[in-house]
Amino acid sequence: MSTVARKKSLIWDYLTTVDHKKIAILYLIAGGFFFLVGGLEALFIRIQLAKPNNDFLVGGLYNQVLTMHGTTMIFFAAMPLVFAMMNAVVPIQIGARDVAFPFLNALGFWLFFFGGVFLNCSWFLGGAPDAGWTSYASLSLESPGHGIDFYVLGLQISGFGTLIGGINFLVTIINMRAPGMTYMRMPMFTWATFVTSALILFAFPPLTVGLIFMMMDRLFGGNFYHPAAGGNTIIWEHLFWIFGHPEVYILVLPAFGIFSEIFATFSRKRLFGYSSMVFATVLIGFLGFMVWAHHMFTVGMGPIANAIFAVATMAIAVPTGIKIFNWLFTMWGGNIRFTTPMMYAVAFIPSFVMGGVTGVMNAAAAADYQYHDSYFVVAHFHYVIVGGVVFALLAGAHYWWPKMFGKMLNETLGKITFWLFFIGFHLTFFIQHFLGLMGMPRRVFTYLPGQGFETGNMISTVGAFFMAAATIVLLINVIVTSVKGQKAEADAWGDGRTLEWAVASPPPEYNFAQTPLVRGLDAYWIEKMEGKKGLTPAEPLGDIHMPNSSILPFVISLGLFIAAFGFMYRTEASWGLAVGIIGLLITLGSMFLRSVIDDHGFHIHKEEVLEAEKGVKA
Amino acid sequence: MANQTNTGNPHVDLAYRRKKNAEEMKHQVISFVLMIALTLIAFFAVGYNEFSHWFSVPFILLLAIVQVAFQLYYFMHMSHKGHELPSLFIYGGVLVAFVTVWAFMTVVWW
Ligand code: HEM
Ligand SMILES: [Cu+2]
Repeated sequence: MSTVARKKSLIWDYLTTVDHKKIAILYLIAGGFFFLVGGLEALFIRIQLAKPNNDFLVGGLYNQVLTMHGTTMIFFAAMPLVFAMMNAVVPIQIGARDVAFPFLNALGFWLFFFGGVFLNCSWFLGGAPDAGWTSYASLSLESPGHGIDFYVLGLQISGFGTLIGGINFLVTIINMRAPGMTYMRMPMFTWATFVTSALILFAFPPLTVGLIFMMMDRLFGGNFYHPAAGGNTIIWEHLFWIFGHPEVYILVLPAFGIFSEIFATFSRKRLFGYSSMVFATVLIGFLGFMVWAHHMFTVGMGPIANAIFAVATMAIAVPTGIKIFNWLFTMWGGNIRFTTPMMYAVAFIPSFVMGGVTGVMNAAAAADYQYHDSYFVVAHFHYVIVGGVVFALLAGAHYWWPKMFGKMLNETLGKITFWLFFIGFHLTFFIQHFLGLMGMPRRVFTYLPGQGFETGNMISTVGAFFMAAATIVLLINVIVTSVKGQKAEADAWGDGRTLEWAVASPPPEYNFAQTPLVRGLDAYWIEKMEGKKGLTPAEPLGDIHMPNSSILPFVISLGLFIAAFGFMYRTEASWGLAVGIIGLLITLGSMFLRSVIDDHGFHIHKEEVLEAEKGVKA
Repeated sequence: MANQTNTGNPHVDLAYRRKKNAEEMKHQVISFVLMIALTLIAFFAVGYNEFSHWFSVPFILLLAIVQVAFQLYYFMHMSHKGHELPSLFIYGGVLVAFVTVWAFMTVVWW
């Protein structure tokens, strides 16, 4: 630990940190919090739908809760939790001391955070957005109040953060790999992060453009989407889905990466078909951009467009299938340990395959006229997103918890969480396939008795409570662990293969006292198999250069947060414009400060490093 | 940077770098002049009444592509070694954007 870091208070330390490991914890806490909020909204939805003609949450309020559930879960729970895993692990997996741009890393987090806070302020300021997480322009332009404005500005701010985060990881993986860490020796999770970051780079700009158009239309008298004024509402749908389909892969590719690590570790085998896994990941990323219109089969694009996008969509099932088989073959003949992360991984395969199969069903354009906007689609995307992404995040959290916090989560509680969640998940969503096929439409707040929907909806609601119970057990586990958890070893599971398991849990500020020399795939495993304790160093022990922490990322983001309020109330409050400009000045001023202040960082001296390392070994 | 070789002999290095830089400078000046010329031609294409829009719009687009190439390869040194990944990403992005626009032009809107 450096002398500088030791003197600060905990809160100030986290507000100003640029250390990827602390930023990972920030993402985990903030994303976890939004996951609880989104989960609570989901429970409200399911309570309302538990029985016909219910009046727990009706009309406009239901629409708000529904919209906020989807938006929160995708943008403010799943995304940041994915970033939490990437920040916690990727720099260490490639043998780096930090990301390429530590300052930008912090900026990315704070932009996401203030975007999420801004969106949720809508609850207290006249109502949340109510046009669905897809916010189709035909609905959102007509929506009264400021709900949609919160959506547009909140997503815009957090979107900048995501874009910054994506670029940062691209540069990190390209430039910061340790000697010997060639592309084809990178762990699968690092590969997934790499491709995901490329998807972020190309997918977020269309969303940004779409949001700017919508902001113009809603706040500044524009008419991009107003049919009456010569605009076209369909443009939003295209822009949204050109972003939106890659977005689902932005979420699920890291999930694939997490599971690849877990399968290999707990089968005590090298990942089967590593190079085909890399190939499949890249191919999925590429194809992900060619299929957006499968969300718009019923818009009326015509049979040729529908046919072409249907075929392109089905093609994605091929690389996905390659991955599924590789995971199965990784387990085949392996020495399998059923730890909590491994249970999620094993459960993921059938769950995700079901989501993939219904995906291909949806992709058959003619059939999709039946499925579209029914509960069948709701079942499909929850099977891929919960069965894929959420399972992976829970698995990854258990798997890397000792690395992030230095303590093992309790395995018994972990398995209870798993079973409650697994059962609850299938209870909730399996039956929704049939509700959809029976004709229950999506995004309606109630249904009448006697249509055959009662039993299915009741089962679905019961399942949701199982998942809530699972989450509570997980929280108890976290608390119990932090109070009296068992201290984790460096190689916390005993079977670690990749570099992160070679450094202490939690790792020192500088990750590696000496940059390691990577001699193959599963670099740490290779060293262990040769009977070595640690990694082969690639450099002599010396002073380590570290970046200084800074409050500026926080202030830059805060400025945009303030500006968003100002511009939103610009037309109805006299202070609006002034506050908007002040907010922008805060942002631009702190960016100016960042440019003119020369910040050379500091050095951790060799003696300090030696002492810290001794403390760990002892 | 990747273009600064180091032979260990300061004299050779200096002479070599001088020559390299002079060449570089020549390229920059030539492409700068060309870019200004291209811009003038673009203005002319719009201002000259005899050309129909069906000629001048695609023509200006073509000039724009040439300008971007000059910008990237001469001013931003993409012609030098060590730019494989940036090229990969730029061309990947161009390909994705092209396919998207192409899809709109062929199957979605017309
Ligand atoms: C084999 C792979 C997949 C195929 C063929 C596929 C196909 C489709 C199709 C055709 C739709 C539109 C259905 C409709 O609205 O009528 C759809 C919806 C959706 N899919 Fe997939 N999908 C696949 C994988 C995934 C994955 C991996 C995710 C996320 C991790 C995902 C998330 C979604 C979401 C969120 C929606 C609903 C969007 C909305 O309208 O709100 N899909 N999928
Ligand atoms: Cu899609």
